[in-house]
Amino acid sequence: MRINKLGRLLLVLAVLAGTASCSGIEPWVKPYERDRLADPIMALDMDPVSSAYLQHVYEAREGARGGEGAAGGGCGCN
Amino acid sequence: MNLRRGIFVSVLGLLLCSHALAGVLPEDRTDILYHLYDGGGVRIDGPSVLMRKQIGKSTSFVGNYYVDMISSASIDVITTASPYTEERTQWSLGMDYLRGNTTMTVGYTSSVESDFDAETYSFSVSQDMFGDMTTLTLSYALGNDLVGRSDDPTFEREVDRQHYGVGLTQILTRNLIATLNFETITDEGFLNNPYRSVRYADAGSARGFSFEPELYPNTRTSNAIGLRMRYFLPYRATLEGTYRYFTDTWDIESHTASITYTHPIGPFVVHAKYRYHDQTGAHFYSDLFPRSEATNFRGRDKELSPLTSQTFGIGGSFEFISDPEGWRFIKRGTVNFSYNFLSIDYDDFSDISAGEPLGMEPLYQLEADIIQIFFSFWY
Repeated sequence: MRINKLGRLLLVLAVLAGTASCSGIEPWVKPYERDRLADPIMALDMDPVSSAYLQHVYEAREGARGGEGAAGGGCGCN
Repeated sequence: MNLRRGIFVSVLGLLLCSHALAGVLPEDRTDILYHLYDGGGVRIDGPSVLMRKQIGKSTSFVGNYYVDMISSASIDVITTASPYTEERTQWSLGMDYLRGNTTMTVGYTSSVESDFDAETYSFSVSQDMFGDMTTLTLSYALGNDLVGRSDDPTFEREVDRQHYGVGLTQILTRNLIATLNFETITDEGFLNNPYRSVRYADAGSARGFSFEPELYPNTRTSNAIGLRMRYFLPYRATLEGTYRYFTDTWDIESHTASITYTHPIGPFVVHAKYRYHDQTGAHFYSDLFPRSEATNFRGRDKELSPLTSQTFGIGGSFEFISDPEGWRFIKRGTVNFSYNFLSIDYDDFSDISAGEPLGMEPLYQLEADIIQIFFSFWY
C-alpha cells in the first residue's frame, strides 16, 4: 500500500497531535517572557469606555455589527 | 433614533470587557468621559462615567452611566420631518466572579428615551488554558426593546434580540497577541424606524416623487468574525491591526479593517489610527422605488445602503498621577483626548435636500467630527 505525500503529512500530524494530547501542550511563551505583553500599551482595549463609545457610533452609522469582540487583553499572565 | 441601532452590541463591549483575561479580575478604575459627535446636521454629546471596583478576592463590580443629548437636523429629518431634540440615558451594571482560571460575568443594561426603551441581560464565561496563553470566552445576551412614537402614545412595538459569541485570545509570541471573535445576533420584531419614509416615483407629484412609510422584514440574523492582532515593536511602541467580515440575512456584506500605532513619550502616550469600512446594501433598500408599495419590504435608511466609510483618528494621554507614588488612594491618573474624523461616501443615497431635478441629485456624503475627553483613575 502506497501512501501519498498528503497522507504522510496527515500521519505525522496525527502522531504529533497524539503525542501532544498525552503530554499536554507546553506554553511556548513562558511567564517570565511576558514582560512586553504585560506592558499597558499592549492592552487590547486600553480604554473600554472610549472604545465602547466609538463602537456605538460605528454601529449607528454603518450596517454591520459585532465581531469586534469584548476585547480585554494584556499579558495573559497571572 | 439612528443611534439606537448601536446600543445592543456596544454595551456588551463594556460589560464583557474582561474576557480576554479570564484568570485575573479587571483593574479597579474610574473613567469620566465627555463625548461629542458633530456631523451631517446631527450633534450628540454627553457624559459617560464608568466605575469598576473589586470586592473581596474574587468579585468585581462595574457600573456605567451614559447620556446622549441629541439635536438632529439630519438629511432624513430635513427632507421628511422636522428637526428635533432628544435625550437618551443608559445605565449598565455588571459583575465578574473569578474562580481558578474561570471568570463568569453577568450584566444588565437599561436605555431609556421618550419613545424607545431597551433592556439587555448578558452572561459570559471565560477560561484560561495552556499555561494562560489561551483564553476562550463564550457569551450570550438577550435584549428586549420597546419602540414607540412621540406623536402617537398608543403606538407600541417590541423587538427581541439575542447575541451568541465565541472569543479566543491567544499569545502567539512574546511580542504578539491576537484575538479572534465570532458573533451571531438575531433580531425579531419591529425593526424599522417608525418615522422614516421611502421615496417612490410619482408622476403626479411636482418633484416627480413622493414618500411612504418604510417596511422592514421582522427578522434579521447576522454573523461577524473579527481578528485583532497587537504587536510590540522593539522600541516600546505598538502596532495593532484589525479585520472584520460581516454578513446578514438582509444581504448586507461588509469588510472592515483598521490599523493603529501607539507610542509612549515620557508621561504621554499618543496614537494614530486609520479605519476603512465597505458594505453592500440591504436587499430591500432603494434610493427610489419605481412606484408605491413596489416591493414586500422597502427601506431608504442610508445606513443600510452601499457605502464606504473612512476614519482618521489621533489621540493622546498624559499621566499626571504615577505609580508607585500615587496620590491618596489613587495609584495612577491620566487625562486623555481623542479626535476622529469620519467620512462616509454613499454609493446609492441621493441628497434630495438640494432640490435638484429627479435623477440629477448628487450622492450624499457625510463628514463628522468625533471628540472624546476623559479622565481615568486607577486605585
